[in-house]
Amino acid sequence: MDLFEHQGKEFFARYGMPVSPGDVAFSVEEAVAAAERIGTPVMVKAQVHAGGRGKAGGVKFAPDLDAVREHAGNILGLDIKGHIVKRLWIEKASDIAEEYYASFTLDRSAKKHLGMLSKEGGIEIETVAVENPDAIAKIWVDPVDGLSEEVCREWVAAAGLPDAAVEGAVDILLKLYTAYVDGDADMVEINPLILTEQGNVHVLDAKVTLDGNSEFRHPEYAQYDSTQVRDEREAAAHAHGLQYVGLDGTVGVIANGAGLAMSTVDVVSQAGGAAANFLDIGGGANADVMSAALEVINNDPAVKSIFINVFGGITRGDMVAEGIIEAMRRVDIHSPIVIRLDGTNAVEGREILAPRVGDDLMMEDTMLSAARRAVELAK
Amino acid sequence: MSIFVDENTKVVYQGLTGSQGSYYGRLNAEYGTQVVAGTNPRKAGTEVNGVPIFASVGEAVEATGATASCIFIPAAGVRGAVMEAAEGGIELIVAITEGVPAHDEAWFYNKLKRDFPNVQLLGPNCPGIISPGKCNIGITAGHIAKPDGPVGIVSRSGTLTYQALYELQQKDIGVTTCVGIGGDPVPGTSFIDCLKAFEADPETKAVMMIGEIGGSAEEEAAEFIKDHMTKPVSSYIAGVTAPPGKKMGHAGAIVSGGKGTAAAKMEALADAGVKVGNNPTEAGELMAEIVAGL
Repeated sequence: MDLFEHQGKEFFARYGMPVSPGDVAFSVEEAVAAAERIGTPVMVKAQVHAGGRGKAGGVKFAPDLDAVREHAGNILGLDIKGHIVKRLWIEKASDIAEEYYASFTLDRSAKKHLGMLSKEGGIEIETVAVENPDAIAKIWVDPVDGLSEEVCREWVAAAGLPDAAVEGAVDILLKLYTAYVDGDADMVEINPLILTEQGNVHVLDAKVTLDGNSEFRHPEYAQYDSTQVRDEREAAAHAHGLQYVGLDGTVGVIANGAGLAMSTVDVVSQAGGAAANFLDIGGGANADVMSAALEVINNDPAVKSIFINVFGGITRGDMVAEGIIEAMRRVDIHSPIVIRLDGTNAVEGREILAPRVGDDLMMEDTMLSAARRAVELAK
Repeated sequence: MSIFVDENTKVVYQGLTGSQGSYYGRLNAEYGTQVVAGTNPRKAGTEVNGVPIFASVGEAVEATGATASCIFIPAAGVRGAVMEAAEGGIELIVAITEGVPAHDEAWFYNKLKRDFPNVQLLGPNCPGIISPGKCNIGITAGHIAKPDGPVGIVSRSGTLTYQALYELQQKDIGVTTCVGIGGDPVPGTSFIDCLKAFEADPETKAVMMIGEIGGSAEEEAAEFIKDHMTKPVSSYIAGVTAPPGKKMGHAGAIVSGGKGTAAAKMEALADAGVKVGNNPTEAGELMAEIVAGL
């Protein structure tokens, strides 16, 4: 779950990190009113789930209310890497002396938490990693031990932060680690972490990705679900509890299991076509789930054929077949369906489907032949 | 022979009293697995399908001599369940549950390494492990696996694990053991753990490895294969066409920052001498060629 900058800052503030006062605005008028409350000068910042906002013109300094009005008008509606700006964050401007970078994420290879700190902040860390890897001080934190103040101090020293920033940085980094662990984040990033002209270390940006699996112990996460950016198809699938990712092709894909669904998208491509989506219906392929899946796919105007790829493990083929027939009764399907059914009770399942086979419903014996058929039909 | 589990493996089911646990516990027992105990502190002394329920894993181990456990506990309780199994004397913990927070996984992975270095954790979010004809722990449908080798299977994805078993069964090729390591960011058992065990198992003559996008586990496996495997390997990596930045169902399956692409993994494996197929069927055909040449 990705948080907007302002949500990330609220999240950080809950763990005691210093952030600037600010307000969310959805219109030019709201932006001006917010700036009036906070007091100029302010920063006008686009709130999108994408990096490179500054370069795209989505972050502007406004010395007065007229500038706020002008920048807000320009930034609202701006397209930043495919994300249209609908909300702004208006915050008190800071006097920046230096810019640093700090983050924690899980290193899946080391199976420990990876902390990265650099005195070269403000730009994309991938660029620093390529051009000047020595400028990034890394630590690996064992989740059982956690991050001690002693280790944190050594880390800050290794990054070469100036003396004036050490105490403030240690304080923020310890809090950032606590926020990362206690808040169940996949990733927390501050870029830039700044040293102000006044000598304070301060959080100027916040990038936070939360682990959706931990929602059971974070009821406060529910508020972020509604601000996730999903296209129309993804929103409809999400409402039905389906694992759906929108793609650009014309073959609608339904499969059970994430691996098989990914593999189905692959074989469609190998057959010379392109999948319109990734859709995993999981283990319970009953009529309700199948109807919901077909409905979501059916509503995608790009779809020209539908490929249902089910491997019955514990999921039984006869149940899947009944689910498909029932779903076809409930939903008026616009595109022909190609089914490949294998595994448990596949023979019974195919017998159930056989009488319905025609121009709108076809059966194939293998994943590859089914993919070819579906691609052919989508042309 | 087989790896990790065989006909003598006694298994305690944590969560046997729940709907999932009782269902798969029964299927596993019907397959021939020694399902010797279940646990539930509030239902100790009762039975589920004739299997005795104990208050804790420790008590179950003491009474039955179980060496493996299978976890069907909801995600919130998995961290506690894993530690209870390790403290109770279990050697192999199979965690089926999906949706476990990544921070919990990272924590108990490191806690086990430190305090219980001999405990093998499989999962979470995995289909389990099957040594066909001997023992089936988890949610794999036993009848799609042909027993007696010579192929070992290790896979990161559930249904693709079944697909791999099925591809081999269609070609009348048997399997020693099939391990589903799960699709989460911090799996307890890695590809390398399984490759090592297959390399050491005299009955396993070749290995089929099913990977997917995300992380670097396949690349690490390729390094291991290059340096340490004498047995031939065939492979398939799911997600060739996956767009960057989108999680494909599994928490671990994401291409981020240009890393974890299927192409890079396939190249690393091919460089290590692995026969890489473009889909599960091709990987199965490549394995059939390998088996024919054994």
